Amino acid sequence: MARSVTNQRKALNTALAWAVGLLIFFPILWTILTSFKTEAQAIASPPIFLNFDWTLENYAVVQERSNYMRFLWNSVIIAGGSTLLGVIIAVPAAWSMAFVPSRRTKDILMWMLSTKMLPAVGVLYPIYLIFIRLGILDTRIGLVVVIMLINLPIIVWMLYTYFKEIPGEILEAARMDGATLKEEIIYVLTPMAVPGIASTILLNIILAWNEAFWTLNLTAAKAAPLTAFIASYSSPEGLFYAKLSAASTMAIAPILILGWFSQKQLVRGLTFGAVK
Amino acid sequence: MATQHSRSAARLMMAPAVILLLGWMLVPLTMTLIFSFKKYLPLRGGDLGWVGFENYARFVSSSAFWPAVSATLIIVGGVLVITLVFGVLLAILLDQPMWGQGIVRILVIAPFFVMPTVSALVWKNIFMDPVNGLFAHLWKFFGAEPLEWLSQASLQSIILIVSWQWLPFATLILLTAIQSLDSEQLEAAEMDGAPVLKRFWFIVLPHLSRAMTVVLLIQTIFLLGIFAEIFVTTQGAFGTRTLTYLIYQRVLESQNVGLGSAGGVYAIILANIVAIFLMRIVGKNLDA
Repeated sequence: MARSVTNQRKALNTALAWAVGLLIFFPILWTILTSFKTEAQAIASPPIFLNFDWTLENYAVVQERSNYMRFLWNSVIIAGGSTLLGVIIAVPAAWSMAFVPSRRTKDILMWMLSTKMLPAVGVLYPIYLIFIRLGILDTRIGLVVVIMLINLPIIVWMLYTYFKEIPGEILEAARMDGATLKEEIIYVLTPMAVPGIASTILLNIILAWNEAFWTLNLTAAKAAPLTAFIASYSSPEGLFYAKLSAASTMAIAPILILGWFSQKQLVRGLTFGAVK
Repeated sequence: MATQHSRSAARLMMAPAVILLLGWMLVPLTMTLIFSFKKYLPLRGGDLGWVGFENYARFVSSSAFWPAVSATLIIVGGVLVITLVFGVLLAILLDQPMWGQGIVRILVIAPFFVMPTVSALVWKNIFMDPVNGLFAHLWKFFGAEPLEWLSQASLQSIILIVSWQWLPFATLILLTAIQSLDSEQLEAAEMDGAPVLKRFWFIVLPHLSRAMTVVLLIQTIFLLGIFAEIFVTTQGAFGTRTLTYLIYQRVLESQNVGLGSAGGVYAIILANIVAIFLMRIVGKNLDA
């Protein structure tokens, strides 16, 4: 008896949760579906849900017209480059703060966090000016550096919380057994740190990929990544829903897939360890 | 000896990150401060000398200032209320036993991974377009006159778009917090005959209060700076010009750098007030 009641309740929960989940996901689903329609079907009234003639034409048109690959490549370089550079700089810093903490470690961590809270628009013109002076406006290297800097506090924080979880006793045991510092790092610490570093990289690629203040303001034709490419669709031109959808689907697909793997890291990375 | 040695090695390892962030913070900040006390029009004469606090006074006395403050407050406040209320409800729902929990979670979290320009453009065109948008079809289906969303209900539309983006974030964090709730406590309350609402009010909500505060503070900091959503939808028209967007327009569109920089300093002060509260919570947790 009791079991059937719980099953009933479970069924109710399931129905409600799926309904809400599909409602929230619907805009993405609809965009993906629209990307396979013809332009006429995309604006058909009443809207067509599934029974349309599936076509890949929009994807071909978007690729041809806008040199999509170049924007994609810019996104890959900017997101990947800034994350890699950030991790290279952050690993030693987080490492030393986790394993050789001093009285000031906490202050340094808090100060790093505070730089993340600086509103971008407050320093827009200085950065713009510096970029012009250095000749790196609308270059990938300029964006790699800026995006790396805005995410560096998050990278350091995440790595710090992961490194903190590595038990110090293991290091002591290795030292007792006569391991040198080099051996200690290569054989003991690195294997334990790799999962944390991988999670950090994953979350930061996502954040860098979607960054849309600096990428919109510091790029024009050459270094524009997908965020800016999509923004170029903001002035409508005739029938363009299906093409907009195809471009959007291509821009979000890689990160949606990565994102689904990174749910846990998201909480850790964006709350700075305040919620566990 | 060994500790001395490792201390200085540690300092050396920290140096690149600290120096870079220090430069990233101090150099532009100093420049913004300097510009804010100058009449600086790059396209109309360049640096025209010091003007004291004139830019600060002009920024707050311009006719665009108070509407921008109210637009900012309405958007930030609206999104916070929606994401927190629905975030708590969704977190509770997703915590219940059900079939396909993992998939539902994925569906709910997905909007957070959509880049802001994509979500803004998809909502603007495919949903909110007054002729071909899905909402227009829906309204017509019920015999109502379709709305011109982004001009007639501009603030509500922006709030809807931004809430859709941030609801997953609130839900995910609140869900993480809810899962750490001791289920025995809830069961004991249930045994004692406490009704659902009372259990929610006296056990679940207090347990979530810290996570809710964290969501509130982090979202406030990010929401104060929303840009792309306005940039590709209304460009600040129809009462959607927030403080961030106003400063952006002063600096890059009208190239009045002095005035924009003064606005930037206001924005930095505002963000810092919120940040202090967030840092307190994070700092406390760091000790534990």
